[in-house]
Amino acid sequence: MIKVTIDDIEVEVEPGTTILNAARQIGGEVVPPAMCYYSKLPGTGGKCRTCLVEVAAGSTADPRPMPKLMASCSTTVMDGMIVKNKTSERVHDNRGGVVEFLLINHPLDCPICDQAGECHLQDLGYEHGSAKTRYREERRTFDPIDIGNKIKLHMNRCILCYRCVHVANQLTDHRVHGVMHRGEHAEISTYIQNAVENDFSGNMIDVCPVGALTDKTFRFKSRVWFLKPMEAECACTKCSGKAVVWMFGNEIYRVTARKDKYGEVENIEDKTAWICNDCRFDKKDPSKWNIIGPRKIDRHSVISQGKYETKIDKGLNKIG
Amino acid sequence: MKISSPEQQDLTPVEFSPEMMTEINQVIGLFPEGKSKSALIRILHIVQTHFGWTSVPAMNKVAEILSIQPIEVYEVATFYTMFHLNPVGNYVFEVCRTGPCMIVGSDDIIAYIEQKLNIKVGGTTSDGMFTLKTAECLGGCGYGPVMQCKYKFHEHLTTEKVDEIIEAYRTASISK
Amino acid sequence: MAGRKLLLENVHIPGIETYDVYRKNGGYASVEKALKKMTPEEVVEEVKKSGLRGRGGAGFPTGMKWSFLAKPEGVPRYLVCNADESEPGTFKDRYLMEKIPHLLIEGMITSSYALGANVSYIYIRGEFMYILHILEKAIAEARANGMLGKNIMGSGYDLELVVAPGGGAYICGEETALLESLEGKRGNPRMKPPFPAVKGLWGCPTVVNNVETIAAVVPIVNHGGEDYAKIGIERSTGTKLISASGNLVRPGVYEIEMGVSVEEFIYGDDYCQGIANGKRMKACIPGGSSVPILPAHLVTKTAAGENRLMTYESLADGGFASGSMLGSGGFIVFDEDQCIVKNTYTFARFYAHESCGQCSPCREGTGWMEKVLHRLDHGHGTIEDISLLEEINKKIEGNTICPLGDAAAWPVAAAIRHFREEFEWHVTHAAEAQTRNYGLIQPRVEEIKTL
Repeated sequence: MIKVTIDDIEVEVEPGTTILNAARQIGGEVVPPAMCYYSKLPGTGGKCRTCLVEVAAGSTADPRPMPKLMASCSTTVMDGMIVKNKTSERVHDNRGGVVEFLLINHPLDCPICDQAGECHLQDLGYEHGSAKTRYREERRTFDPIDIGNKIKLHMNRCILCYRCVHVANQLTDHRVHGVMHRGEHAEISTYIQNAVENDFSGNMIDVCPVGALTDKTFRFKSRVWFLKPMEAECACTKCSGKAVVWMFGNEIYRVTARKDKYGEVENIEDKTAWICNDCRFDKKDPSKWNIIGPRKIDRHSVISQGKYETKIDKGLNKIG
Repeated sequence: MKISSPEQQDLTPVEFSPEMMTEINQVIGLFPEGKSKSALIRILHIVQTHFGWTSVPAMNKVAEILSIQPIEVYEVATFYTMFHLNPVGNYVFEVCRTGPCMIVGSDDIIAYIEQKLNIKVGGTTSDGMFTLKTAECLGGCGYGPVMQCKYKFHEHLTTEKVDEIIEAYRTASISK
Repeated sequence: MAGRKLLLENVHIPGIETYDVYRKNGGYASVEKALKKMTPEEVVEEVKKSGLRGRGGAGFPTGMKWSFLAKPEGVPRYLVCNADESEPGTFKDRYLMEKIPHLLIEGMITSSYALGANVSYIYIRGEFMYILHILEKAIAEARANGMLGKNIMGSGYDLELVVAPGGGAYICGEETALLESLEGKRGNPRMKPPFPAVKGLWGCPTVVNNVETIAAVVPIVNHGGEDYAKIGIERSTGTKLISASGNLVRPGVYEIEMGVSVEEFIYGDDYCQGIANGKRMKACIPGGSSVPILPAHLVTKTAAGENRLMTYESLADGGFASGSMLGSGGFIVFDEDQCIVKNTYTFARFYAHESCGQCSPCREGTGWMEKVLHRLDHGHGTIEDISLLEEINKKIEGNTICPLGDAAAWPVAAAIRHFREEFEWHVTHAAEAQTRNYGLIQPRVEEIKTL
């Protein structure tokens, strides 16, 4: 085991652990945000640069500071490394810069975006963004397209995290969408009209940190904070059948995988509990699910801010 | 700024000629077994040389030859600027306009070609003969202004030289 | 006296591009010497002694890079030559490969032997397709004469050499993007570590070297590393190819001994012969578009008033405040009639065009800078835009996956640092700026010293 100190908190981790995962072992405020890294999808990370941290000392053997801020998701810890995240002014400043970059071409229309309330970029913007944009230029725009009959791609909102590309590579038999073009013209696309048809393609929606990929069976049906997330399971031959059903009254509005406080699909019995498209898109009948009980949403989103939950709780009780 | 998808194009599958296939197989043979994807970029050059541009059906055929998914070919073809993803004229003029060419007059050359061919940058002459594009640094900075057409470099460009080049391509086309 | 030439000495001999003429003029002697009389380790040792530094731009010591190459049992190792010459202002590798292709082939064989590679690749930018054919012809000739293939010169050493083209992407000059491209993928730079020396082409240990670096191994092996190191000053040893462009009487590719003065290089009879059309120099970018631009008064002299020399150290003297870098040796000279704002805009447009789009600061930041500079150049800018540019480039610099972010940020930062009044004039005299150039600037020596 090796020792690393993050924001003055010491933790012992396995060799080969990244700074980000060491911080997650500590938990709480010292955990850097991650928009592209996804621990269940090997190969992700390094791209969004929101997880940049300051390495004040490289290791006990070589305690020199690292001159550049490091992407914590792809930098492995060394014994005696000292990392600053919340305690670094430089990190705060530069992360603010990254958030500004992510927002310059991102539409500022959260009120009409389906992801509002569970959007990682919204959270990040709230914490690090400034209230005014300095971007006077025209934003780049794309027409929203359907990729498959259940998934809507709204490229204007995409931050090019590449997570959905990794889902297609790792969970489906063949990939029909990817990143086209380059630079600020880079886009997630199927290039030609091509449907994403695969039993597990719906997981792209769950890994998308923003509102770029959304569930067409749920779009605009309700704001997420008006719904009550319930842990549920069903007998499914394709996936674990362990999911979260989002209910209003006795109706299931949408089905997602179970996600942890970092917004990642949870591991259940050592396996990532991705759900299949049948469970996600086609099982909206509550009788098909064994509804276990309320799902606590750990993420610091509006869903868990209490005020909505309480109101809905009351509402549901009345309806129930 | 609106980003557009490729123009509507005929998606009927295409076949490659035996000569093309010989060339393609030679390129694949340059790489170790199991690494044939390394041949992709050079194959796309071959495809474009034969068809004049890089169409979806041609890319699909390349994917089939290399046993990879079509999307892997689209991703690569759209990344590199040399591949014309939409139909172009017989001769594509790509005029460099980055700093070192700009300070020796590339803007004037571009304006002259626009006027001479009566097209704007990105456009193709009505006879389908010429397309004008701009390029970023072509690596001929000491010999600027520079443009490239069918892999050939034209350097130290002047308006007279542009006239000569256009005339030469026209003549070559007619004599074909 | 223009000094010794180690690479281009024979470039003017008619037919030097053919195997026979090249061989008759002493070509392939380094292969003979290395394969017959030296162990691979001894070749590496000579390269270390020579002090040769990577000629692609970063200037990393080549011998050290070679010694980092991992050598696990049973795993192939690769040498990949970076011929993706794309840095604006740089065209030396193109010249070398076109005029004297066997020098690169010879360097590849000797270097591959030193590294224990049995298949090596030359990755060349797609626009240089005609040079790819020149190289393939040279390879065929070398093979026909027993310099490639099995058991080269009876030494028991085997080598295959393959040339592969890019498709138009500056970023593929970054070594890990180059490897991705050579694997037939998009040229997205990889996250490092692991470095190519451990995991490179197809996951195998790989060394990536610039064309000129590999060519320089030939004279180093022929005459010994110590002899090579005798040329030059301090840690700038040997000769360097300089691509001279812009408003010069005689632009072109020059092989110089490291340590020639910048003044001699610009004005000397053996070199560029001064500024074209009898004009005065306004500015110079000495190492390719990515390095800081210098105003005339800091080109030939350092801020301390010493003669500026063509070496890694002297060109960097003064740091970012008043110095620049040797970089790739892309030497761009601007006369008094050039517009720095417009030039900075074209570079910003170049980097935005060439950003791979993988990481957010580069993807979004380069495009943003391009648009702001477009505004300023076209007379629609504001004074705040100038500080906005400075802030954007501070947020890009150091925060990206690969050095393209820095390469995009530095030229903008340096242009504003030295030519701020010209940028401001584009705002305060917007209409006038569309009809004439600002002209020469006043030296701001005092301000710069305290920066």
